[in-house]
Amino acid sequence: MTAQATREPAIRVRGIEKSFQDLPVLRGVDLDVEAGSIVALLGSNGAGKTTLVRILSTLSRPDAGTATVNGIDMGANPGRVRESISLTGQFAAVDEVLTGRENLVLIARLRHLRNPGAIADDLLARFSLTDAGGRRAATYSGGMRRRLDIAMSLIGDPPVIFLDEPTTGLDPQARIEVWQTVKKLADGGTTVLLTTQYLDEAEQLADRIAILHRGTIISSGTLDELKRLLPAVEVTYVEKQPSLEDVFLALVGEPSETDTADSSDRSATTQKGSR
Amino acid sequence: MTAHAVGDTGVLTGRSLRHILRSPDTIVTTAVTPIALMLLFVYVLGGAITTGSDGSYIDYLLPGILLITIASGVAYTAYRLFLDLKGGIFERFQSMPIARSSVLWAHVLTSLVANLVSVTIVVGVALVMGFRTEASVGAWLAVAGILVLFTLALTWLAVIAGLSAKTVDGASAFSYPLIFLPFISSAFVPTDSMPGPVAWFAENQPVTSIVDTIRALFAAEPVGGDIWVALAWLVGVLAVAYAVAMSIYRRRIG
Repeated sequence: MTAQATREPAIRVRGIEKSFQDLPVLRGVDLDVEAGSIVALLGSNGAGKTTLVRILSTLSRPDAGTATVNGIDMGANPGRVRESISLTGQFAAVDEVLTGRENLVLIARLRHLRNPGAIADDLLARFSLTDAGGRRAATYSGGMRRRLDIAMSLIGDPPVIFLDEPTTGLDPQARIEVWQTVKKLADGGTTVLLTTQYLDEAEQLADRIAILHRGTIISSGTLDELKRLLPAVEVTYVEKQPSLEDVFLALVGEPSETDTADSSDRSATTQKGSR
Repeated sequence: MTAHAVGDTGVLTGRSLRHILRSPDTIVTTAVTPIALMLLFVYVLGGAITTGSDGSYIDYLLPGILLITIASGVAYTAYRLFLDLKGGIFERFQSMPIARSSVLWAHVLTSLVANLVSVTIVVGVALVMGFRTEASVGAWLAVAGILVLFTLALTWLAVIAGLSAKTVDGASAFSYPLIFLPFISSAFVPTDSMPGPVAWFAENQPVTSIVDTIRALFAAEPVGGDIWVALAWLVGVLAVAYAVAMSIYRRRIG
């Protein structure tokens, strides 16, 4: 990760401010996201996460500050920014009247791609939705809807993807499915900026974590860097109990997150039991 | 980007037309109320109404019924637009590299198609009920043109309602006065049977000139100056509603 430090960041945010009426929501946000990395924007409800994502996905204009995506200035050229981004908003943005496949074909057409049908079929297969592809999205479960939502965002291979609270409201299996999807995206070179209020989600997924609190980034870095902000580690012996999530997943017969989501560069997960 | 505007609008229009195909009740309910009114006025009340014209009452009534059909149909446009705004799909479209106005135009074109289908159903029922016309092909085209203009004008009003509504009910409530307006016009009874101030209002509100023009076209009579008054109203309302809707839309999408 340190080797990439000199490259132009995929997302560069400088001094973004935004108020709604008299209520300041963002008070000068600075953030860099390296190309091909996953950055988690961690914050509680009302911290300004969604406001920042809306600004970065050109849905809202900041009162002050600048932002560039792939070197393109957001304020000067929002049209070109839209060509390199994709947004998966907080609430699944699928057309419930259309089938899953029709949703994908719709987006492929709007992105002016050739063979929208083939693109749709490929994504249905990648997201295990082939059987459900002919059903209306209104009949989908929350997890399926979210998968379709993310699949729609991947059409046209945008280099930068914004995910606003991608797992809020999902059951544990669906969360893990989403996590796996996001990791695969980053492995394929896509830059991902996601917001979350779940600490474990940030821990599991993110190369870097930025903590947004009361409208500014109060701290950012890798998980290890953030941990070093606290006093030195004290070694204590704690019996490793399975978490309720481990138990639940074992009982319903789905793989536990530590089996599927653990990867060599994330030593963080080994500390899970000590919390 | 504008090179794609037409294509994007086409794709999005296909999407909302598919919505209508999957809930055809929106077209049926649009046609049911005007058909019920037509039955009521022709078979129950019409016998007591003196129109002063030679033709049957249904010939007199149909133009106003067609306007009521369109006025109730555009409520669904506001409703569909409102639902798009409430769900996330609108923001997805706005964050994509597509022509910004194509989202609105798709709803407008869908409204046009849906209302023309409803109007065709109502005209079909009217023919069964004994509506007869001397109209030439040219006159039919002129009627169609006026109805298209009327639909566009009311649809852009519906866009304003859909963009600014806070609730689903609010989105369609704007259409009630529009549906009611033909009743205080020459659509059902001649305006000279009304008391002074009401007659004055009826004669000077847009529906009367539009209804009189369509009636004259169907009867193969000269339209006189009415058509210019009607066109002035239609183009005026269309232009103002379009400008207001677009400015609300631009503010809305930031």
